[in-house]
Amino acid sequence: MNNKLLSIKNLRVNVDEKEILKGLDLEINKGEIHVIMGPNGSGKSTLAYTLMGHPKYKIVDGTIEFDGEIINDLKADERAKKGIFLSFQYPEEIQGITVEDFLRTAVTSVTGKIPGVMAFKKLLKEKMKLLEMNEEYASRYLNVGFSGGEKKKNEILQMSILEPKLAILDETDSGLDVDAIRIVAEGVKRIKDESRSILVITHYNKLLDYLKPDYIHILLNGKIVKTGGMELADEIDKEGYENIKLRFANI
Amino acid sequence: MMERKKTYIEDIDRGIYDIKNEFNYLFKTEKGLTPEIVMEISKAKNEPKWMTDFRLKSLEIYNSMPMPTWGPDLSDLNIDEIVTYIKPNTDMKNSWDDVPEDIKRTFELLGLPQAEREALAGVGAQYDSEVVYHNIRKELTDLGVVYLDMETALIEYEDIIRKYFMTLVPPTAHKFAALHGAVWSGGSFVYVPEGVKVDIPLQSYFRLNAPGAGQFEHTLIIVDKGAKLHFIEGCSAPKYNVNNLHAGCVELFVKDNATLRYSTIENWSKNMYNLNTKRAIVDKNGTIEWISGSFGSKVTMLYPMSILKGEGARAEYTTITFASKGQHLDTGTKVVHLAPHTTSTINSKSISKDGGYAFYRGLLKVAPDAYGCKSTVSCESLMLDNESKSDTLPMIELNNDNIDIGHEAKIGRISDEAIFYLMSRGISEEEAKAMIVRGFVEPITKELPLEYAVELNNLINIEFEGSIG
Repeated sequence: MNNKLLSIKNLRVNVDEKEILKGLDLEINKGEIHVIMGPNGSGKSTLAYTLMGHPKYKIVDGTIEFDGEIINDLKADERAKKGIFLSFQYPEEIQGITVEDFLRTAVTSVTGKIPGVMAFKKLLKEKMKLLEMNEEYASRYLNVGFSGGEKKKNEILQMSILEPKLAILDETDSGLDVDAIRIVAEGVKRIKDESRSILVITHYNKLLDYLKPDYIHILLNGKIVKTGGMELADEIDKEGYENIKLRFANI
Repeated sequence: MMERKKTYIEDIDRGIYDIKNEFNYLFKTEKGLTPEIVMEISKAKNEPKWMTDFRLKSLEIYNSMPMPTWGPDLSDLNIDEIVTYIKPNTDMKNSWDDVPEDIKRTFELLGLPQAEREALAGVGAQYDSEVVYHNIRKELTDLGVVYLDMETALIEYEDIIRKYFMTLVPPTAHKFAALHGAVWSGGSFVYVPEGVKVDIPLQSYFRLNAPGAGQFEHTLIIVDKGAKLHFIEGCSAPKYNVNNLHAGCVELFVKDNATLRYSTIENWSKNMYNLNTKRAIVDKNGTIEWISGSFGSKVTMLYPMSILKGEGARAEYTTITFASKGQHLDTGTKVVHLAPHTTSTINSKSISKDGGYAFYRGLLKVAPDAYGCKSTVSCESLMLDNESKSDTLPMIELNNDNIDIGHEAKIGRISDEAIFYLMSRGISEEEAKAMIVRGFVEPITKELPLEYAVELNNLINIEFEGSIG
């Protein structure tokens, strides 16, 4: 049986005519946790947005294969229906739409079925409790007036309801206190199973200590230059990116 | 009998709003406007002489005034091509069962009889120039509440009508007020006696079915001291290939300590010139609340005015304007603070899409001895693409400096990042845009009675269905 979930080959991506990803390769199997680390401007968020299908990020070469299908030309909503989820670094604030209404619409779109009102309320309440979110957030407008931490928890809440096959966490741990990082990590671990995979973009090891990833990749100048285990994250934590930058200065 | 026809391929299907009935009438005037036509209307209605004279005088004023040269382009509007009076082939009924089948069916599709059963204390339904159905709950008549079509009111309450009629909006106000004075027909008269609080809304619905016609209904509402009323008005018309004209007039008298909430959703078809005049005068500690949704029409010019005449009087506006392809909607608010300690709060939102043009025009005027007044204005515009336009023009005239004024205007384009965020959760592009628009107007929808909130959301959905390629 094919265990491959995501396969990225020679991916080149332009943003506003500028090449950001310069031939990136990455394979993620079902049930694995992968981490992308790299200095600012190396292309981490570009990779996240490109995988989700943001129209500003133009694929000029290469392929993204997800669950056996090339998804280069799919729109973001079609990718979401296939099971890709992006936890945004800066979630948008949407006036006038409550978290609950938004999530019900999202679930209806992704599953093609309208969830029962009471059952959905109950599900939402349970998931919020696990994330230590006050349940009044369900009736608040989406991210409007939420603190940084509340926005990130709300992303994880959406993920836990939509149950994607691949969850991409774009610096979800940035700006969170230690308790919030633990809560987020537990939320991620709850949806991860042998068929679901996680791609974490981060600068910090704290979240990784909880998640125990299978692979760490170093992204530098639009390419993955090094892959290893947790020891690679520890090395960067101690020494920064300078050594790696020097070693790969010629690419 | 029933036709569902699209005039142009690119037109969206507005569903029930576009249902046209066969043009079936008892009596109509010729196109255009002459003293003979005006006298003919007056005679057909069996009016007292003072009203006939009033009409003729208004016609003179109309003829002496130039077309307005500011605001939207009205050069395509030729009053000589408009039929000003069309009497439907029925008398007024007070049971839906007696209303002719095609007319009744139209109102049923618009949800009026059902709303009457469920949520309204009284209903008036006007079809072309005349009211075809009118009914009010007995409990209200027992309390002395009067809710009549204007024609009956002119007979039964002639003195009151004569005292108030077009005193707040005189025919000299502007050219279309003069036109209204000459050819007005139908509309509603409401009187709520002192201290009576009407908790369930009254609603009048104006449906213009005939092609190339005008609708000129007159609404006159008097809410006496300490009384309370919520009045709802709905308007719609199917789309024809010729221009239609709506030049209604609304005069609201709010006495001491009284409260009137006046809600409208105007959903005219896109061949309509909607040149409507609405004014309220508010006495001591009285409150006028305007809830206004302007959809549809080719051109709208609508600036509901509040004259805060008594100390402590208040005006509140919650308005939404939605301009789509081929539409120029010029809407706004006018508030005149005449007395001390009067308050006005304006919350206005507009949306423009597919080349539509939404213009907000606001006038705030404070009299020299109206000290201690407070006014808060918030205007927000949302443009959904690069072809659409939006403008804001607030005019403020202050004649004393003991006032507290806040003004905030925001014009912006719909955020691509917000659309992407919603799409990343599996929501389609059209639905994402509709959601953002629904969220933008939510502060308005939550002020509306439920069935109107549903209608507003339906109108937004109609605008988005299949409109994005």
